[in-house]
Amino acid sequence: MLNGHRTWVFENKPVIISTGTVGGPFEANGRIADDFDLLHEDLWLGQDSYEQAQTVLFEESCDTAIEKAGLRKEDIQFILAGDLINQITSTSFACRTLEAPYLGLFGACSTSMEGLALGALIVNGKGAKYLLTGTASHNAAVEKQFRYPTEYGGQKPPTAQWTVTGAGSALLSDKGKGPRVTSATIGKVVDMGLSDPFNMGGAMAPAAVDTIEAHLKDRGIESSYYDLIVTGDLGKIGHHIALDLMNKHGLSLKKGQFQDCGKMIYREGQPVLAGASGCGCSATVVYGHLLNRMKKGEFKKMLVVATGALLSPLTFQQQETIPCIAHAVSIEYGGEE
Amino acid sequence: MANNNKEVTPVQQEYQKFQEERETKRPVLTNCIKAFFVGGFICLVGQLISFMYINYFDFTEKNVGNPTVATLIFISMLLTGFGVYDRMAQFGGAGTAVPVTGFGNSVISAAIEHRTEGFVLGVGSNMFKLAGSVILFGVFSAFVIAILKTLIIQYGGF
Repeated sequence: MLNGHRTWVFENKPVIISTGTVGGPFEANGRIADDFDLLHEDLWLGQDSYEQAQTVLFEESCDTAIEKAGLRKEDIQFILAGDLINQITSTSFACRTLEAPYLGLFGACSTSMEGLALGALIVNGKGAKYLLTGTASHNAAVEKQFRYPTEYGGQKPPTAQWTVTGAGSALLSDKGKGPRVTSATIGKVVDMGLSDPFNMGGAMAPAAVDTIEAHLKDRGIESSYYDLIVTGDLGKIGHHIALDLMNKHGLSLKKGQFQDCGKMIYREGQPVLAGASGCGCSATVVYGHLLNRMKKGEFKKMLVVATGALLSPLTFQQQETIPCIAHAVSIEYGGEE
Repeated sequence: MANNNKEVTPVQQEYQKFQEERETKRPVLTNCIKAFFVGGFICLVGQLISFMYINYFDFTEKNVGNPTVATLIFISMLLTGFGVYDRMAQFGGAGTAVPVTGFGNSVISAAIEHRTEGFVLGVGSNMFKLAGSVILFGVFSAFVIAILKTLIIQYGGF
């Protein structure tokens, strides 16, 4: 189980038996639109507020995952989920309709892997047969919470990122077919003293590097063990910094081995500046695009490092720096069934 | 961007330098040039509106200011509502923020944003979320300057 300081190795290897991903109109124009289970044309999703729209996003991703697994809502024993909006209300409201025992999580944009790590731990320890984990973000709702009104004309710097409108959920089980969760490393809060909320990538990069290095050390493996090491939402700037930081620390990575979800989801030319961010970013890219590629056999072993900036609009106004965190989960497919 | 308010450890300092070298900087010069032309264009539109009011309505150069400003704000409101103004601003920067249209945009965008919380708790209390400090400090500094002006004129011997 516990390997090293902060890594769990799951000997029973919980299986991701199905996933559900939902996206908004901007994502439908993106590079990986085909990997979404459901895409919406309307940013409101027919709701009265963007917060409600986010609730619907999450509900739909859960419903899709349950349906794809051929299960019913009653079969879900636990839900581990969270988001970024006021006291994670969107997620809690969504779980109102799902009627399963629920634990709310907050890890900012790292919630996706926080949920997967904890979920795998529970399933691995025979605490559940079917467990659902996921997260959602809505561009307009998150911008409203953390930044300026959506229609406000403030010029964003090139380091700013675009919050994904989307939700991703994964259904974990102790048996079945699919990619398996083999280990997880829990991140530490890392604060490098950066305070610019328009440069999250730069703030989060050290947290990602810290977790990746701890993971490799705890498991006693080389970075070459993984076909793909993918970070959550560092964006162009953060990804570049993290890569240089790892090279500086003597960690060698093959070309293309280290990637970022925030750089995958949108096309060139979409006005997203440094890339994508938000809870939905790593959730939709990993549970949609990357697991699909894995199932096609493009790669076998992947380490997902979801990064989160643990700030609030209040702490930013009080000139606090931005503490960041990153959780890593390894997912493997093929070999043994 | 370094935080100067707190004690910075050497490790943090080293990282901040490391990240600053890799951070994409704001293209300040291009932004200034764009702002100059975009801001200038908005002023040109304003000038044309003034001429219109002077030539076709009963306004003089002295009192044409108010209807011109009102018209510009009305246009800015439409552009904000249709989701165009924020895109212009990403290009124009200060060019769209400094003229009165930018002020209008900050009020209107906040009003639209908080419509879901109702008219009283939403629109009413949040409308001046961004523009409020401009109004407060604008009025206050005008007050201070007016007192200074009065004092200087009264006792300065001009």
